[in-house]
Amino acid sequence: MSPVSRGFHRRRQDSAENAGRVPPGQYVTKDFPVLSAGPTPHTPLDGWNFSVGRPGRQRTWNWAEFRDLPSEDVTVDIHCVTKWTKLDTAWQGVSVDTLLDLAGHDGPFAMAHCDGGYTTNLPVEDLTGGKAWVAYAYGGQPLEPEHGGPARLLVPHLYFWKSAKWVRGLEFMDTDEPGFWENYGYHIYGDPWREQRYAGD
Amino acid sequence: MDAVDGNAIGGLLQQVFGREMTTTETVCGTCGTSRQVAELAVYAHAPGTVVRCPSCDSVLMVFVTMHDRTCVDLMGLAALG
Amino acid sequence: MAGTALRGRLTWQLAKVVAVTAETASVRTIAVDVPEWPGHQAGQHVDIRLTDEDGYMAERSYSIASAPGEPVALTVERIDDGEVSPYLTDELRAGDSLELRGPIGGYFVWEPEDAGPLLLLAGGSGIVPLRSILRHRERSGSSVPVRLLYSARTLDDVIYQGELDNRAARVEVVYTLTRHQPPGWSGYARRVDPAMLAEVAWPARMTPLAYVCGPTSFVEAASQALVRSGYQPGLVKTERFGGTGGS
Repeated sequence: MSPVSRGFHRRRQDSAENAGRVPPGQYVTKDFPVLSAGPTPHTPLDGWNFSVGRPGRQRTWNWAEFRDLPSEDVTVDIHCVTKWTKLDTAWQGVSVDTLLDLAGHDGPFAMAHCDGGYTTNLPVEDLTGGKAWVAYAYGGQPLEPEHGGPARLLVPHLYFWKSAKWVRGLEFMDTDEPGFWENYGYHIYGDPWREQRYAGD
Repeated sequence: MDAVDGNAIGGLLQQVFGREMTTTETVCGTCGTSRQVAELAVYAHAPGTVVRCPSCDSVLMVFVTMHDRTCVDLMGLAALG
Repeated sequence: MAGTALRGRLTWQLAKVVAVTAETASVRTIAVDVPEWPGHQAGQHVDIRLTDEDGYMAERSYSIASAPGEPVALTVERIDDGEVSPYLTDELRAGDSLELRGPIGGYFVWEPEDAGPLLLLAGGSGIVPLRSILRHRERSGSSVPVRLLYSARTLDDVIYQGELDNRAARVEVVYTLTRHQPPGWSGYARRVDPAMLAEVAWPARMTPLAYVCGPTSFVEAASQALVRSGYQPGLVKTERFGGTGGS
């Protein structure tokens, strides 16, 4: 191990009361770090839409239609693969269950597609049953572009790279094709409780 | 968080390639623009380090460090050096 | 030229902190003794690595503030809520060890043989590698004409002001203070823009060599303005410190 730097501590907010909420290898932060693989897109709302389905047979909502859908307020813990965990984050968005009830289920897997070209893959089972949302507000405010606004996927039970920022659609797939980070060696599934950070973990 | 440039990954590149790389010429595989590594756009606050073409934003290089190994993907480049 | 600095694999070394000196309220210069230091070029940087008791590591890069031939010195600006910089500016003290690797960089470097005139554009802590260039120019006896345009928020944020003012006879230094100016200030009071560069920068017909360093937005705006004014793109060297200048 590298020599310890005298007096250096990472910022953490660990306490006994958080025990059980922090997956292995994670530390609790009060910040909300911004991690990005590319430039922040700035999509005007009048040009935004969200699609669910397969090419050629999709259900699409524009911003006004999307905001008319029933939404939920959820408070969840989020876990980034870079080891920070943030507790009790408050979001507002449309449950993916709602979207799939309207668009139909058309395959066992889905790829999230985003402005800027980012993608991530998930089993549809992990997007349903009250486990996932398309969120457009954070902390009571409209979601800022640097955190994924106008809307991002929110799938808190998996590492946060699966909660794709600037999401514009879910495309059903027959097989579990790897998305952006999965292609570069990150785990195809990404369960923080089994510390599935990298392929083969 | 703003992008930085290839200067910021000089140490990483020297570690991976065994020599100074920031003056090495690159050619973007998508738009063909030629630039020195130091002038590429670097996003270093991600699960990995992503290097993009400043002209067309295409991904040129990706570095991911996992379990003390650094994996490098250079598929976005048409040429390096 | 420090050729050995460019060859071979970098290794992490344990340097000893010799002194920590205040430059401004939030900026410190850290002088270190690096046992296997091969020498460096003006404009290069080092990577620093901190490790806590649990083995957690944080890495950052800092430009070398001293000239080739001088002991290694790093100038660090404390970023509020930063993870690393407050440790370096507030906690680190003489006698501590600091893990670093370097020197790094072959693009943003200056040697006296490089043709001038020389234009240096500094945004905030971007002054650090440019100060290394100025010191190297002085120590090497170079007479290449040089102008420095230094953008800072306030006069209190200007790093190395005494040193820059002392050189006033041999280096033209122009400040622009973007947030607050002292009473009676007659200098520039806005962000660097094409009009300012038209007044301050060497004219493009002199084929100047430019070094632009600071936050990404500063570097983008200033370097684009130089190129639009006719500077050869290959003679405008840029180093971006990111939105927060590193934390």
